[in-house]
Amino acid sequence: MSERLVDQLKGGLDAPICLTWELTYACNLSCVHCLSSSGRRDPRELTTAEAKAVLDELRELQVFYINIGGGEPTIRRDFFELVEYSVANGIGVKFSTNGVAIDAPTARRLASMDYLDVQISLDGLDAATNDAVRGEGSYAMARRAMDHLAEAGFGPFKISIVVTRHNVDQLDGFKTLADSYGAQLRVTRLRPSGRGAETWHELHPTNDQQRQIYRWLLGQGEQVLTGDSFFHLNALGEPLPGLNLCGAGRVVCLIDPIGDVYACPFVIHDQFKAGSVRDPGGFARVWRHSELFSSLREPTSAGACASCGSYDACQGGCMAAKFFVGLPLDGPDPECVGGSADTALAAVDRTAVPRPSMDHTRPVTLLRRKPARI
Amino acid sequence: MRGVLTVSLDRAYELHPQVALRPEPFGALAYHYGNRRLVFLRKPEVVAVVRGLSGHATLADALRAAKVEERRWPSFLKALSGLETSEIVRERASG
Repeated sequence: MSERLVDQLKGGLDAPICLTWELTYACNLSCVHCLSSSGRRDPRELTTAEAKAVLDELRELQVFYINIGGGEPTIRRDFFELVEYSVANGIGVKFSTNGVAIDAPTARRLASMDYLDVQISLDGLDAATNDAVRGEGSYAMARRAMDHLAEAGFGPFKISIVVTRHNVDQLDGFKTLADSYGAQLRVTRLRPSGRGAETWHELHPTNDQQRQIYRWLLGQGEQVLTGDSFFHLNALGEPLPGLNLCGAGRVVCLIDPIGDVYACPFVIHDQFKAGSVRDPGGFARVWRHSELFSSLREPTSAGACASCGSYDACQGGCMAAKFFVGLPLDGPDPECVGGSADTALAAVDRTAVPRPSMDHTRPVTLLRRKPARI
Repeated sequence: MRGVLTVSLDRAYELHPQVALRPEPFGALAYHYGNRRLVFLRKPEVVAVVRGLSGHATLADALRAAKVEERRWPSFLKALSGLETSEIVRERASG
């Protein structure tokens, strides 16, 4: 076997390694960087029976585990029913939550389950930093959930941080916080996806901060999880732990709440929609035969990055990040540490960039009036 | 620790009971439900040996049964030592 593993993975696997399934677009929060623009439930969301049929299919495909998200997945009334069904079928579950449903009894219920990981989102080490992004009260809610999980003896749950310009200096503090709970820290990259398209330009780390993140991650090694999201930083030198490739449609995909299958969780846009689990042939057919996924598994050209000596290290970065800021897909990442995207990024007409195809943001109500009596 | 042999030919091994193997074009993916570790098995012949481990009294028997020539055993010992370190395979009481 002379072929490199990475090349084999680029050619696609028989089933995804890392499948994200967003169970609902409903959410109690409205984070300014929400990658799925969640808020309101979509009336077309998969029913319990449909969701179980998808899980049956994933078992057949030998998908080892799924990442459940949303929206806030625990809002679905059948949330526990689906999690228990999944685990009983040999599919481990990791779910992301803002903590809203994790009171003491729920924490004990979670602690009693096998093959279940819980990931609490937190984007600031203090309420001011966190709530500016995730909404008022969200810091207290997340910490309360962590306290309950720790008290229930859940074990090493995960604390998941999206790195922004405002929390990058808190990375050491996040690690200390995770250690204090016996939890595992996960740090991921801010993408201009969903509502993040609106806020990315103000929130994403500066070039100096990118270097700071790289050095910090390198120092942490495999102790800190990243979901492989920082491979664009590998242009700075020694590679960070991970596969160092864009897994979209190759080893990764997203099933959204209405059953549509996208190349990755960060590209909810028609251009990256491969099909639906409701189509004849179901998920397996979409994964194995959709035109989009087949094309993503073809060898890619380095395009404008071909003459850059770092291309092998950074692979041109993240497709979703380029797409939603209006950059060409075969050019540098908007956060290219060599600064190769800066000129192009400054020249983009921000009113003409692609918009996410789904928006479930709740309308803002400034005044709540009492319903008129009839 | 790379290259250190932890398995030996005269002992018995098995696929760890918490591990699932999924066939892939390049060999197999192994997933450990306990430590959540994902391991790539990139040689179909190693996958065949791993699958046969529990049916044989010693590792040597398992290698012979998979028709691996003896001169190639050292590379298999290395591969299986790696898999034992990541708890994909484990020693079992022989017999």
